[in-house]
Amino acid sequence: MSKVRVLVGTRKGAFILSSDGKREKWDVSGPHFAGWEIYHMKGSLADPNRLYASQTSSWFGQIIQRSDDGGKTWHQPGSATNEAPAPGAPPAGVSNMFVYDASEQTGKPLTTHQWYDGTQHPWEFKRVWHLEPSLTEADTVYAGIEDAALFRSTDGGKNWKELPGLRGSDTGPRWQPGAGGMCLHTILLDPKDPLRMFIAISAAGAFRTDDGGKSWKPINRGLKSQYIPDPNAEVGHCVHRIAQHRSRPNTLFMQKHWDVMRTDDAGDNWREISGDLPTDFGFVIDVHAHEPETVYVVPIKSDSEHFPMDGKLRVYRSRTGGDEWEALTKGLPQSDCYVNVLRDAMTVDSLDSCGVYFGTTGGQVYASADAGDNWAPIVRDLPAVLSVEVQTLP
Amino acid sequence: MIRVVLPQHLRTLARVGSEVTIEVNGQATQRSVLDALENSYPMLRGTIRDHVTQERRAFLRFFVCQEDWSHEPPDAPLPEEVTSGKEPFLIIGAIAGG
Repeated sequence: MSKVRVLVGTRKGAFILSSDGKREKWDVSGPHFAGWEIYHMKGSLADPNRLYASQTSSWFGQIIQRSDDGGKTWHQPGSATNEAPAPGAPPAGVSNMFVYDASEQTGKPLTTHQWYDGTQHPWEFKRVWHLEPSLTEADTVYAGIEDAALFRSTDGGKNWKELPGLRGSDTGPRWQPGAGGMCLHTILLDPKDPLRMFIAISAAGAFRTDDGGKSWKPINRGLKSQYIPDPNAEVGHCVHRIAQHRSRPNTLFMQKHWDVMRTDDAGDNWREISGDLPTDFGFVIDVHAHEPETVYVVPIKSDSEHFPMDGKLRVYRSRTGGDEWEALTKGLPQSDCYVNVLRDAMTVDSLDSCGVYFGTTGGQVYASADAGDNWAPIVRDLPAVLSVEVQTLP
Repeated sequence: MIRVVLPQHLRTLARVGSEVTIEVNGQATQRSVLDALENSYPMLRGTIRDHVTQERRAFLRFFVCQEDWSHEPPDAPLPEEVTSGKEPFLIIGAIAGG
């Protein structure tokens, strides 16, 4: 029987929640890396036992952790005392080394970006927000970092190299941080075209490469953001999340700061699909595993009131690719609920009856084994949840 | 032999107890002690000093013989009490509470 493994990153450690395909009884493992912020964990499609985790701390900086046995044991790639570096290779202990590539041969000048007050500010590495393993190579993984840039490792996370064409594009000086920092938080790898990727940055917008990451173009036409000087600007939009169905990689769904959007031409043009949502502010968005026109969001009251409207935690589902939405409430608190659901904290499994999962800043992780009709908490009292991913296992 | 006391999270990362001992070739300074520490425990690279600038991370401090050495020059010789192993070199995380 199939199984699922839910990977939960929190403010104070990582947790792994496991169940069989019924998704009724759960084993909870953790906290792993207790006391550290785990911004994101994700498993490789090429090797489901290969997991990557971003472990961060204001005190001690960035750590990359890797598991080769499905989360039972972890290590920092290239740092084990019995793992001698190859002759001529970089020294051990560099798996947490994210240095912008400003070299003449391969990099881009380390210029500045826009600060909150409109002045220019130097690029500074702060943390890894998102790790996206390659769809085909277990040792290849991408990292989206703050201040926004894209890095790649091709040796299982031991060494990281920037893809500098993104940060070095001519729009870079106009990017600015959102309230959470200037983070590259979304990385989508096109399952049909290995040279195409989509990424999103708060608050710069969405970008696409068609040449494997050498060059990038902003794909923000159709976005309107009233909170920036030019609401239709080429860059500067606070994109919170983008989701894609693997069967239709040119169709993307976006939860922006305000507005839920979609594109059907790989980001060349976007249109609003907020429709009858009670509020179109929010962070998460995801797509049903088997129904590419079924989309999920969790509406949040506003940009200053980061909690559900009326104290009712409701997932909204559209079965029409947007515009028409239904509230999903069964099993979710419908009074006095004032948690948030952060941008990387919703995911879907690929079992026949699609499972949907999300985590809250109140420490709950909710699961639905029937595409959102009914919900139940897997755990209620974790630290604030930063990210949720799920693996569907044979 | 020089004794180094690590904050709890770095002990977990390095999989060691509260105190480690290291050998330093040549003069013992903050720089040479940290170099030796990172050679013995490469997983600590970047967690105490920035990878590139080698500057102390902002929320960490270094104490020697009950004195704050955080702002001393990194190549200043450490006192005999530390080089003899009588006193440890302390790496302390900033207190955060609330």
